[in-house]
Amino acid sequence: GYLDDQFVQLEELQDHANPNFVEEVVALFYKDSSRLLLNIDQALEKKPLEFTKLDGYMHQFKGSSSSIGAKKVKAECTLFRDYCRAGNAEGCMRTFQQLKKEYATLRKKLEAYFQ
Amino acid sequence: MGSIATESQFHVLAVDDSLIDRKLIERLLKTSSYQVTTVDSGSKALEFLGFHEDHQNNPNQLSVSPNNHQEMEVNLIITDYCMPGMTGYDLLKKIKESSSLRNIPVVIMSSENVPSRIRRCLEEGAEEFFLKPVQLSDVSRLRPHMMKAKYKDHQEPQKQQVEEKSEVEMIIQSQRQEEDESPQEQPRQEEDESPQEQPQQQQQAQGSNNNKRKALEEGLSPDRTRPRYSGLTVV
Repeated sequence: GYLDDQFVQLEELQDHANPNFVEEVVALFYKDSSRLLLNIDQALEKKPLEFTKLDGYMHQFKGSSSSIGAKKVKAECTLFRDYCRAGNAEGCMRTFQQLKKEYATLRKKLEAYFQ
Repeated sequence: MGSIATESQFHVLAVDDSLIDRKLIERLLKTSSYQVTTVDSGSKALEFLGFHEDHQNNPNQLSVSPNNHQEMEVNLIITDYCMPGMTGYDLLKKIKESSSLRNIPVVIMSSENVPSRIRRCLEEGAEEFFLKPVQLSDVSRLRPHMMKAKYKDHQEPQKQQVEEKSEVEMIIQSQRQEEDESPQEQPRQEEDESPQEQPQQQQQAQGSNNNKRKALEEGLSPDRTRPRYSGLTVV
Protein backbone atom coordinates (compact mmCIF):
# COMPACT_ATOMS: atom_id res chain seq x y z
CA GLY A 1 0.00 0.00 0.00
CA TYR A 2 0.53 3.60 0.38
CA LEU A 3 1.39 3.67 4.02
CA ASP A 4 3.99 1.56 5.74
CA ASP A 5 4.83 0.54 9.30
CA GLN A 6 5.61 4.06 10.28
CA PHE A 7 1.94 4.97 10.01
CA VAL A 8 1.15 2.10 12.35
CA GLN A 9 3.70 3.54 14.78
CA LEU A 10 1.84 6.83 14.69
CA GLU A 11 -1.40 5.07 15.48
CA GLU A 12 0.28 3.36 18.40
CA LEU A 13 1.41 6.69 19.77
CA GLN A 14 -2.15 7.88 19.89
CA ASP A 15 -3.96 7.33 23.16
CA HIS A 16 -6.61 8.78 25.46
CA ALA A 17 -4.39 11.67 26.38
CA ASN A 18 -3.57 12.36 22.75
CA PRO A 19 -6.60 11.25 20.79
CA ASN A 20 -5.87 13.37 17.74
CA PHE A 21 -2.21 12.68 17.35
CA VAL A 22 -2.37 11.02 13.94
CA GLU A 23 -4.67 13.68 12.59
CA GLU A 24 -2.37 16.40 13.88
CA VAL A 25 0.68 14.83 12.32
CA VAL A 26 -1.11 14.41 9.01
CA ALA A 27 -2.23 18.03 9.14
CA LEU A 28 1.38 19.07 9.61
CA PHE A 29 2.35 16.84 6.73
CA TYR A 30 -0.16 18.54 4.43
CA LYS A 31 1.08 21.94 5.46
CA ASP A 32 4.70 20.99 4.96
CA SER A 33 4.11 19.22 1.65
CA SER A 34 2.04 22.03 0.18
CA ARG A 35 4.81 24.44 0.88
CA LEU A 36 7.51 22.18 -0.53
CA LEU A 37 5.55 21.19 -3.61
CA LEU A 38 5.01 24.84 -4.40
CA ASN A 39 8.69 25.59 -3.95
CA ILE A 40 9.67 22.71 -6.15
CA ASP A 41 7.15 23.65 -8.83
CA GLN A 42 8.54 27.16 -8.93
CA ALA A 43 12.12 25.97 -8.92
CA LEU A 44 11.42 23.63 -11.83
CA GLU A 45 10.37 26.61 -13.90
CA LYS A 46 13.74 28.29 -13.61
CA LYS A 47 16.07 27.14 -16.32
CA PRO A 48 18.70 25.91 -16.00
CA LEU A 49 17.58 23.88 -13.03
CA GLU A 50 19.21 24.51 -9.68
CA PHE A 51 19.77 20.89 -8.74
CA THR A 52 21.22 21.55 -5.33
CA LYS A 53 18.25 23.64 -4.34
CA LEU A 54 15.83 21.07 -5.68
CA ASP A 55 17.67 18.31 -3.88
CA GLY A 56 17.37 20.30 -0.67
CA TYR A 57 13.61 20.67 -1.00
CA MET A 58 13.23 17.04 -1.86
CA HIS A 59 15.32 16.02 1.12
CA GLN A 60 12.82 17.79 3.35
CA PHE A 61 9.87 16.34 1.51
CA LYS A 62 11.31 12.88 1.73
CA GLY A 63 11.80 13.37 5.43
CA SER A 64 8.20 14.31 6.09
CA SER A 65 6.89 11.53 3.89
CA SER A 66 9.05 9.08 5.72
CA SER A 67 7.85 10.32 9.09
CA ILE A 68 4.23 9.58 8.31
CA GLY A 69 4.94 6.34 6.49
CA ALA A 70 4.07 7.51 2.98
CA LYS A 71 5.95 4.74 1.23
CA LYS A 72 5.22 5.48 -2.41
CA VAL A 73 5.69 9.21 -2.14
CA LYS A 74 8.98 8.59 -0.39
CA ALA A 75 10.12 6.32 -3.23
CA GLU A 76 9.41 9.05 -5.77
CA CYS A 77 11.41 11.49 -3.65
CA THR A 78 14.39 9.16 -3.69
CA LEU A 79 14.16 8.81 -7.45
CA PHE A 80 13.90 12.55 -7.88
CA ARG A 81 17.00 13.08 -5.78
CA ASP A 82 18.91 10.52 -7.84
CA TYR A 83 18.04 12.51 -10.97
CA CYS A 84 19.09 15.73 -9.27
CA ARG A 85 22.46 14.32 -8.42
CA ALA A 86 22.85 13.07 -11.95
CA GLY A 87 21.87 16.50 -13.24
CA ASN A 88 19.09 14.95 -15.26
CA ALA A 89 16.49 17.67 -15.77
CA GLU A 90 14.07 15.55 -17.74
CA GLY A 91 14.22 12.79 -15.19
CA CYS A 92 13.44 15.31 -12.45
CA MET A 93 10.45 16.75 -14.26
CA ARG A 94 9.02 13.35 -15.10
CA THR A 95 9.49 12.06 -11.58
CA PHE A 96 7.93 15.13 -10.11
CA GLN A 97 4.77 14.61 -12.13
CA GLN A 98 4.61 11.06 -10.89
CA LEU A 99 5.25 12.23 -7.34
CA LYS A 100 2.36 14.68 -7.48
CA LYS A 101 0.07 11.89 -8.63
CA GLU A 102 1.12 9.67 -5.76
CA TYR A 103 0.70 12.52 -3.35
CA ALA A 104 -2.83 13.22 -4.59
CA THR A 105 -3.74 9.55 -4.17
CA LEU A 106 -2.25 9.54 -0.70
CA ARG A 107 -4.33 12.51 0.35
CA LYS A 108 -7.48 10.79 -0.84
CA LYS A 109 -6.61 7.71 1.16
CA LEU A 110 -5.89 9.73 4.26
CA GLU A 111 -9.12 11.65 3.95
CA ALA A 112 -10.99 8.36 3.73
CA TYR A 113 -9.14 7.10 6.80
CA PHE A 114 -10.28 10.02 8.89
CA GLN A 115 -13.92 9.74 7.98
CA MET B 1 13.80 1.43 48.84
CA GLY B 2 13.64 5.10 47.98
CA SER B 3 11.95 5.13 44.63
CA ILE B 4 13.80 7.54 42.47
CA ALA B 5 11.08 10.14 42.18
CA THR B 6 12.87 12.08 39.53
CA GLU B 7 13.05 9.14 37.16
CA SER B 8 10.02 10.42 35.33
CA GLN B 9 11.39 13.91 35.28
CA PHE B 10 14.30 13.56 32.95
CA HIS B 11 14.26 16.52 30.67
CA VAL B 12 15.15 16.09 27.03
CA LEU B 13 15.91 18.87 24.61
CA ALA B 14 14.97 17.90 21.05
CA VAL B 15 16.37 19.84 18.12
CA ASP B 16 14.95 19.49 14.60
CA ASP B 17 14.13 21.93 11.85
CA SER B 18 11.22 19.78 10.65
CA LEU B 19 7.88 20.56 12.25
CA ILE B 20 6.61 17.04 11.76
CA ASP B 21 9.70 15.47 13.21
CA ARG B 22 9.55 17.76 16.22
CA LYS B 23 6.01 16.67 16.85
CA LEU B 24 6.94 13.05 16.43
CA ILE B 25 9.97 13.12 18.70
CA GLU B 26 8.02 15.05 21.29
CA ARG B 27 5.31 12.40 21.36
CA LEU B 28 7.84 9.59 21.48
CA LEU B 29 9.65 11.22 24.38
CA LYS B 30 6.51 12.10 26.32
CA THR B 31 5.19 8.59 25.87
CA SER B 32 8.41 7.48 27.52
CA SER B 33 7.68 9.81 30.43
CA TYR B 34 10.25 12.46 29.72
CA GLN B 35 9.75 16.15 29.89
CA VAL B 36 10.43 17.66 26.52
CA THR B 37 11.47 20.95 25.09
CA THR B 38 11.68 21.23 21.32
CA VAL B 39 13.57 23.85 19.34
CA ASP B 40 14.01 24.24 15.62
CA SER B 41 17.69 25.07 15.38
CA GLY B 42 21.09 24.50 16.91
CA SER B 43 21.46 28.12 17.85
CA LYS B 44 18.14 28.10 19.68
CA ALA B 45 19.26 24.95 21.44
CA LEU B 46 22.42 26.65 22.65
CA GLU B 47 20.39 29.65 23.73
CA PHE B 48 18.12 27.39 25.71
CA LEU B 49 21.09 25.74 27.34
CA GLY B 50 22.13 29.13 28.61
CA PHE B 51 25.02 29.30 26.24
CA HIS B 52 26.25 32.67 25.19
CA GLU B 53 29.44 34.16 23.94
CA ASP B 54 31.32 36.01 26.57
CA HIS B 55 32.47 38.87 24.41
CA GLN B 56 33.81 41.00 27.21
CA ASN B 57 36.44 38.78 28.69
CA ASN B 58 37.13 36.05 26.22
CA PRO B 59 35.79 36.67 22.76
CA ASN B 60 36.45 33.13 21.74
CA GLN B 61 35.22 31.48 24.85
CA LEU B 62 31.67 30.35 25.24
CA SER B 63 30.29 30.44 28.73
CA VAL B 64 27.12 29.35 30.38
CA SER B 65 25.00 31.75 32.33
CA PRO B 66 24.81 30.07 35.73
CA ASN B 67 21.20 31.01 36.42
CA ASN B 68 19.93 29.59 33.16
CA HIS B 69 21.87 26.43 33.61
CA GLN B 70 20.42 25.69 37.01
CA GLU B 71 16.83 26.45 36.12
CA MET B 72 16.74 24.55 32.89
CA GLU B 73 18.59 21.38 33.56
CA VAL B 74 18.72 19.22 30.49
CA ASN B 75 19.49 15.55 30.86
CA LEU B 76 19.88 14.70 27.20
CA ILE B 77 19.97 16.43 23.86
CA ILE B 78 18.62 14.70 20.80
CA THR B 79 19.27 16.48 17.55
CA ASP B 80 18.71 16.08 13.84
CA TYR B 81 21.88 15.97 11.79
CA CYS B 82 20.79 17.89 8.68
CA MET B 83 19.72 21.36 9.65
CA PRO B 84 20.28 24.65 7.90
CA GLY B 85 22.91 26.85 9.52
CA MET B 86 24.25 24.84 12.41
CA THR B 87 24.12 21.11 11.73
CA GLY B 88 23.58 18.56 14.47
CA TYR B 89 27.25 17.76 14.23
CA ASP B 90 28.20 21.41 14.76
CA LEU B 91 25.91 21.52 17.76
CA LEU B 92 27.45 18.34 19.14
CA LYS B 93 30.91 19.82 18.82
CA LYS B 94 29.96 23.02 20.57
CA ILE B 95 28.44 21.09 23.43
CA LYS B 96 31.44 18.85 23.86
CA GLU B 97 33.74 21.84 23.78
CA SER B 98 31.86 23.51 26.60
CA SER B 99 33.12 22.67 30.06
CA SER B 100 29.69 23.08 31.55
CA LEU B 101 27.67 21.29 28.88
CA ARG B 102 29.95 18.47 27.81
CA ASN B 103 28.53 16.04 30.33
CA ILE B 104 25.08 16.18 28.79
CA PRO B 105 24.63 13.10 26.60
CA VAL B 106 23.91 13.88 22.96
CA VAL B 107 22.12 11.70 20.44
CA ILE B 108 22.05 12.36 16.71
CA MET B 109 19.18 11.51 14.34
CA SER B 110 19.42 11.34 10.59
CA SER B 111 17.29 10.22 7.70
CA GLU B 112 20.40 9.18 5.83
CA ASN B 113 22.44 6.13 6.58
CA VAL B 114 25.95 7.37 5.90
CA PRO B 115 28.54 5.28 7.76
CA SER B 116 31.22 7.96 7.71
CA ARG B 117 28.75 10.43 9.14
CA ILE B 118 27.73 8.04 11.87
CA ARG B 119 31.35 7.34 12.71
CA ARG B 120 32.21 11.02 12.87
CA CYS B 121 29.37 11.73 15.25
CA LEU B 122 30.19 8.88 17.55
CA GLU B 123 33.83 9.88 17.56
CA GLU B 124 32.88 13.40 18.46
CA GLY B 125 31.08 12.07 21.52
CA ALA B 126 27.51 11.30 20.48
CA GLU B 127 26.09 8.47 22.53
CA GLU B 128 23.84 7.09 19.84
CA PHE B 129 22.93 7.65 16.24
CA PHE B 130 19.32 6.99 15.31
CA LEU B 131 18.05 6.56 11.79
CA LYS B 132 14.80 8.32 11.05
CA PRO B 133 11.98 7.81 11.44
CA VAL B 134 12.81 7.35 15.09
CA GLN B 135 10.96 4.55 16.85
CA LEU B 136 9.90 3.97 20.43
CA SER B 137 12.50 1.24 20.62
CA ASP B 138 15.18 3.84 19.85
CA VAL B 139 13.87 6.14 22.55
CA SER B 140 14.03 3.33 25.07
CA ARG B 141 17.80 3.37 24.64
CA LEU B 142 18.07 6.87 26.03
CA ARG B 143 17.46 6.23 29.70
CA PRO B 144 20.78 4.53 30.53
CA HIS B 145 22.68 7.50 29.15
CA MET B 146 20.70 9.90 31.27
CA MET B 147 21.02 7.77 34.38
CA LYS B 148 24.74 7.48 33.89
CA ALA B 149 25.18 11.20 33.46
CA LYS B 150 22.99 11.94 36.44
CA TYR B 151 24.82 9.70 38.85
CA LYS B 152 28.16 10.74 37.51
CA ASP B 153 27.09 14.26 38.21
CA HIS B 154 26.46 13.49 41.87
CA GLN B 155 29.40 11.31 42.59
CA GLU B 156 31.94 13.00 40.44
CA PRO B 157 31.04 16.65 40.46
CA GLN B 158 32.00 18.77 37.52
CA LYS B 159 35.69 19.34 37.06
CA GLN B 160 35.73 22.76 38.64
CA GLN B 161 34.08 21.55 41.80
CA VAL B 162 36.37 18.57 42.01
CA GLU B 163 39.35 20.87 41.94
CA GLU B 164 37.90 23.06 44.62
CA LYS B 165 37.09 20.11 46.82
CA SER B 166 40.52 18.55 46.62
CA GLU B 167 42.19 21.87 47.16
CA VAL B 168 40.08 22.47 50.21
CA GLU B 169 40.92 19.06 51.56
CA MET B 170 44.59 19.66 51.06
CA ILE B 171 44.40 22.96 52.83
CA ILE B 172 42.48 21.50 55.74
CA GLN B 173 44.92 18.64 56.03
CA SER B 174 47.93 20.85 55.94
CA GLN B 175 46.44 23.19 58.47
CA ARG B 176 45.81 20.35 60.81
CA GLN B 177 49.23 18.86 60.36
CA GLU B 178 51.44 21.81 60.46
CA GLU B 179 49.58 24.91 61.41
CA ASP B 180 52.14 26.57 59.33
CA GLU B 181 52.25 27.57 55.78
CA SER B 182 49.95 25.52 53.66
CA PRO B 183 52.02 23.84 50.99
CA GLN B 184 49.22 24.20 48.54
CA GLU B 185 47.49 27.44 47.88
CA GLN B 186 44.40 27.69 45.76
CA PRO B 187 45.83 28.70 42.44
CA ARG B 188 42.84 30.83 41.64
CA GLN B 189 43.42 33.21 44.50
CA GLU B 190 45.61 36.03 43.46
CA GLU B 191 46.48 37.67 46.73
CA ASP B 192 48.84 36.12 49.19
CA GLU B 193 46.95 34.51 51.98
CA SER B 194 48.18 33.59 55.35
CA PRO B 195 47.00 30.10 56.15
CA GLN B 196 45.70 31.10 59.52
CA GLU B 197 43.04 33.28 57.96
CA GLN B 198 40.10 31.52 56.53
CA PRO B 199 39.94 32.77 52.96
CA GLN B 200 36.41 33.46 51.88
CA GLN B 201 36.66 31.21 48.88
CA GLN B 202 37.67 28.34 51.05
CA GLN B 203 34.65 28.79 53.24
CA GLN B 204 32.37 28.98 50.28
CA ALA B 205 33.92 25.92 48.76
CA GLN B 206 33.49 24.10 52.00
CA GLY B 207 29.91 25.27 52.24
CA SER B 208 29.02 24.08 48.81
CA ASN B 209 30.88 20.90 49.49
CA ASN B 210 28.75 20.26 52.53
CA ASN B 211 25.60 20.94 50.60
CA LYS B 212 26.70 18.52 47.97
CA ARG B 213 27.28 15.81 50.53
CA LYS B 214 23.92 16.52 52.02
CA ALA B 215 22.27 16.15 48.65
CA LEU B 216 24.04 12.85 48.19
CA GLU B 217 22.86 11.60 51.58
CA GLU B 218 19.29 12.59 51.01
CA GLY B 219 19.38 10.93 47.67
CA LEU B 220 17.88 13.12 45.03
CA SER B 221 16.74 16.00 47.14
CA PRO B 222 13.02 16.61 46.86
CA ASP B 223 13.65 20.21 47.83
CA ARG B 224 15.31 20.92 44.58
CA THR B 225 12.63 22.56 42.60
CA ARG B 226 12.54 21.46 39.06
CA PRO B 227 10.30 23.53 36.92
CA ARG B 228 8.03 21.41 34.80
CA TYR B 229 8.32 21.89 31.09
CA SER B 230 5.63 19.64 29.75
CA GLY B 231 4.34 21.04 26.54
CA LEU B 232 6.76 23.90 26.32
CA THR B 233 7.84 24.36 22.79
CA VAL B 234 10.40 26.90 21.83
CA VAL B 235 10.12 27.48 18.15
